[in-house]
Amino acid sequence: MGATGILMTLGLTPSQTVGPFLAIGLTWADGPAVVPAGSPGAIRISGQVFDGTGSPVPDAIIETWQADAQGRFAHPDDPRPDSTSTFRGFGRCATDDEGVYAIVTVKPGPLPTGDGRTEAPHIDVSIFARGLLDRLVTRIYFPDEPEANGDDPLLRSLPQSERDTLIAVFDGENLRFDIRLQGPDETAFFEL
Amino acid sequence: MSISTRRAHPPNDSPDYQSSRLRAPKQPLRVLPGRLGELTAPLLAGETVGALDNDLTRQHDAEPLGERITISGRVLDEDGDPVSGALIEVWQANAAGRYAHRSDQHPAPLDPNFSGAGRCLTDADGGYRFVTIKPGAYPWRNHPNAWRPAHVHFSVFSPAFAQRLVTQMYFPGDPLFGQDPIFNAVSGDDAGQRLVARWSLELTEPEWSLGFAWDIVVAGREATPLDDDAPG
Ligand SMILES: [Fe+2]
Repeated sequence: MGATGILMTLGLTPSQTVGPFLAIGLTWADGPAVVPAGSPGAIRISGQVFDGTGSPVPDAIIETWQADAQGRFAHPDDPRPDSTSTFRGFGRCATDDEGVYAIVTVKPGPLPTGDGRTEAPHIDVSIFARGLLDRLVTRIYFPDEPEANGDDPLLRSLPQSERDTLIAVFDGENLRFDIRLQGPDETAFFEL
Repeated sequence: MSISTRRAHPPNDSPDYQSSRLRAPKQPLRVLPGRLGELTAPLLAGETVGALDNDLTRQHDAEPLGERITISGRVLDEDGDPVSGALIEVWQANAAGRYAHRSDQHPAPLDPNFSGAGRCLTDADGGYRFVTIKPGAYPWRNHPNAWRPAHVHFSVFSPAFAQRLVTQMYFPGDPLFGQDPIFNAVSGDDAGQRLVARWSLELTEPEWSLGFAWDIVVAGREATPLDDDAPG
């Protein structure tokens, strides 16, 4: 215990930017394939990352984390007794010269909040880029879940204009989710 | 439950760092309560990490040029508990301060024997170790005659999404700290010093290489979020 009676903790290591050369260290050949293309229920989610002038950001990397189609995580801290998921759940894709990223995944199931509510199906997203000293965190929600989205505690906590930035849009068979780092249609970002 | 990581991290709105000006969000960050998806993360301990992936000096036919070094330490959470099975990925410039990347225009030589990327998993005590060469400082265009202090980029996956960390490790006594807006965006000398490795006699191998010790501290984790009422 410290002098104030507060449990002593170690100081956190601060974040620093990934810089422009992140591709050297963070590229995975199978990064964008949360599931192999052509898997049952596979969907493609793609989008562009834009800066405050509306220019594409060609040196960002997107990471995604999500539950499986049943809303389960392959993780010991998913405490539900029937959680036997082996789903990787993780995706990673650097943006290309046009600022475009894409992942192939399945739509996750809804999640319990722990206080009796339900989170609508969603994907947690981290964005790293030159110019960002700390990652940005956002979420992708699904456009075919208006009811679940309407009950989602996080979406409900936001003004409508920000809520709209978190819901992917249909793009033919696929989904599109653009990320605007700055500007009038700035994506809603979160702190944890 | 909350994992509040923001207090240690530099604000994205740090205009001395020019690249942040058009990329840092202008709206305040909203709060994302830590729920199941934020308290879990990919378990990458099973990732294929080759035995030599943590040795950046042995990825080619010959050794890279430069000052051979070992960087070693532990990944801990803020309660001091080791984070085992954490995937660490590193990347860096070569000894001349040049990255093996098509966009790096610094007119310093590439080293055919240095790619500059490595990875490893932490052991049961949270320990990790990399063998590499000391990266060179390099110029950039943030302000007139701007130079980045020598650094190694580190990416760390821990067992919770909220603990995800990407950062840079610096070397002790670097004269370039004072003019670097990335290093100085971290508020508080204490926090900044946590990015600086310590030269270590123990990690220094006689007649072979210098050693640097650097521990990485990620946010702590509390009880699982559904303890109270675990629904099906
Ligand atoms: Fe760098």
